[in-house]
Amino acid sequence: MAKALNPAAAPDAVRPYLESYGRMLLIRLFEQEMHRLFLKGEVHGTTHLAAGQEAIPVGVCQVLEPDDYVAGTYRGHGHALAKGTSPEAMVAEMLGRATGVCGGRSGSMNVIDRERGLVGCYGIVGGSIAAATGAALSAKRQGRVAVAFFGDGATNQAYFFECLNFAKVFELPAIFVCENNWYGEFTPMQQVTAGADIAKRAEPFGIPSRVVDGNDLWAVVDAAGEAVERARGGSGPTLLECQTYRHYGHSKSDPATYRPEGELERWKERDPLTLARTRLLDEGLEPDAIDAVEQATREELDAAVEAALAAPYPDPAAKPATEFAPA
Amino acid sequence: MSKLEFRTAIRDAIAEEMRRDESVIFFGEDVAAAGGVFKATPGLYEEFGPERCFDTPISELALAGAAYGAAVTGLRPIFEIMFGDFMALPMDSLVNQAAKYWYISDEQGSVPLVVRSAVGAGGRFGAIHSQNHGTWFQSVPGIKIAMPSTPREAKGLLKAAIRDPNPVVFLEHKRLYSVKGEPGPEDEVIPLGKARIARPGSDLTLVTIGKGVSDALAAADELAPRGLDVEVVDLRTLRPLDLDTVLESVARTNRIVAVEEGPRTGGWATGLLGAVTEAGLHDLDDAWIIATEETPVPYSPILEDAFLPDPATIVESVTARLGAPVAS
Repeated sequence: MAKALNPAAAPDAVRPYLESYGRMLLIRLFEQEMHRLFLKGEVHGTTHLAAGQEAIPVGVCQVLEPDDYVAGTYRGHGHALAKGTSPEAMVAEMLGRATGVCGGRSGSMNVIDRERGLVGCYGIVGGSIAAATGAALSAKRQGRVAVAFFGDGATNQAYFFECLNFAKVFELPAIFVCENNWYGEFTPMQQVTAGADIAKRAEPFGIPSRVVDGNDLWAVVDAAGEAVERARGGSGPTLLECQTYRHYGHSKSDPATYRPEGELERWKERDPLTLARTRLLDEGLEPDAIDAVEQATREELDAAVEAALAAPYPDPAAKPATEFAPA
Repeated sequence: MSKLEFRTAIRDAIAEEMRRDESVIFFGEDVAAAGGVFKATPGLYEEFGPERCFDTPISELALAGAAYGAAVTGLRPIFEIMFGDFMALPMDSLVNQAAKYWYISDEQGSVPLVVRSAVGAGGRFGAIHSQNHGTWFQSVPGIKIAMPSTPREAKGLLKAAIRDPNPVVFLEHKRLYSVKGEPGPEDEVIPLGKARIARPGSDLTLVTIGKGVSDALAAADELAPRGLDVEVVDLRTLRPLDLDTVLESVARTNRIVAVEEGPRTGGWATGLLGAVTEAGLHDLDDAWIIATEETPVPYSPILEDAFLPDPATIVESVTARLGAPVAS
């Protein structure tokens, strides 16, 4: 990532946000490329795109240390890229190539990148909540924190209630980040969520929670920073309800016709990338500095796609599957 | 040397491995302060403290998820799902996550966790506190399934399970907890995936696992004076399944009977006999299965006793099948 973030010209206070802006753009471009490559038949099965939701993982990861843990979802390309997984290894994984971050064995929904602290991405709704709760058991010993990203749909799973309770009982350094995009697959959140208030669900557990503008990078960084501080200080878990919107449908088979007319357009007026760019300019950054980051990011992703398309498919003979890790 | 009780073997295995490796932790419902509902884990909480041995909420999904997440980030959790029947709840973290991690991560890491449960019928616990869940997991690549037959086996296999880098489902038959037997050598670790010949014989291979082994040995003792020399094979693990040891035994005896505490359909015995037939048909004169009815485990003692295979069931089945060997 570092090469995408050129301008040393940026003042210290703004630089992390400029870097995050670059990473948000990387995720957006990545998702657009996945959309294109899926239609070309290069990406297989299905994908769940996170365009529109970029500020949440990027904002949270801005306040994490490299060795902190993150668990993502099947809409997880952004979770991996935000935690620092190489774009080339991510593209290659989507294309099923040997150079993929998981050698082409995991695909879009189940990316794991241990070196970057990406515990995994989970194809089961709520799976990330459980994984991060367990990672928080380790993190507590290691002086780290563990973050779970999950959607609004996951807040009706047993995992959500069991793990919030478990994490609080043991005061685990866990941060539960709900990306509330208002739809569980095709169904409106309010229709299937009693109380329709996700942040409030933390209250009876004695877990602090906040509703966050998930399209505002600064708001996410602020809320996540507070949660991380709480976790590292031994005061246990936090629930953040980050409100956002996905630009694409649930998955590749979903044209999202269930959305009321104009809803997408209204949310696009608050596109997290536009908001961040405007804010960076307000902070006094020169347009040239932002342009340079955008240019570098585009080049980085183009190079990643080119390299991944040229990469070989896995050779079963070269690396035979083994059922078990050697004892 | 004094005899070792099965439940003590479990406790000793955990304690020794926790002493040996700081990253081993142990948790579950009522396993710490109370020492477990079957009194299999007393003293661990006192020795290792609440950071490494703790009681949890009754939250099987959270337990398994926490164990999985901890295991992929540096700890080696042992956790207890009290009764095997409760394993229906935490299947996701075990089957969808833990079992697949090694492969789908492209071998970035493995998931060193152990999940222990009390299993099996005969305790008048009814249909939903008496099942053997080993076969629920047997079709899942990436997860090991162990079921000890004696106190010595329990200790050695559990120590191996704790040291194993892969997820291990560990089944403890509740009617074995009070059994006493000869201990093994100090620090014995019994490799997972290698069956044992519990009794050598030349006329018939009786293959089983867990509590089935003592039943099979009792049956063999009864059949011996009638002129039938029975070999008893203790599988020890359902996955990996040690087909080689079974085939070698069948090559000697030419007959095999598998005794399973569980239904025939979808059971391990049918799979094993299929594999034996495929690889060793030329050695086979006879092959059959003794299993339970295709119903849940009943409660009433009369019904439950009739439901379960025991030494008498085995003797009866063998004599009926082989034409009643002549009593000498």
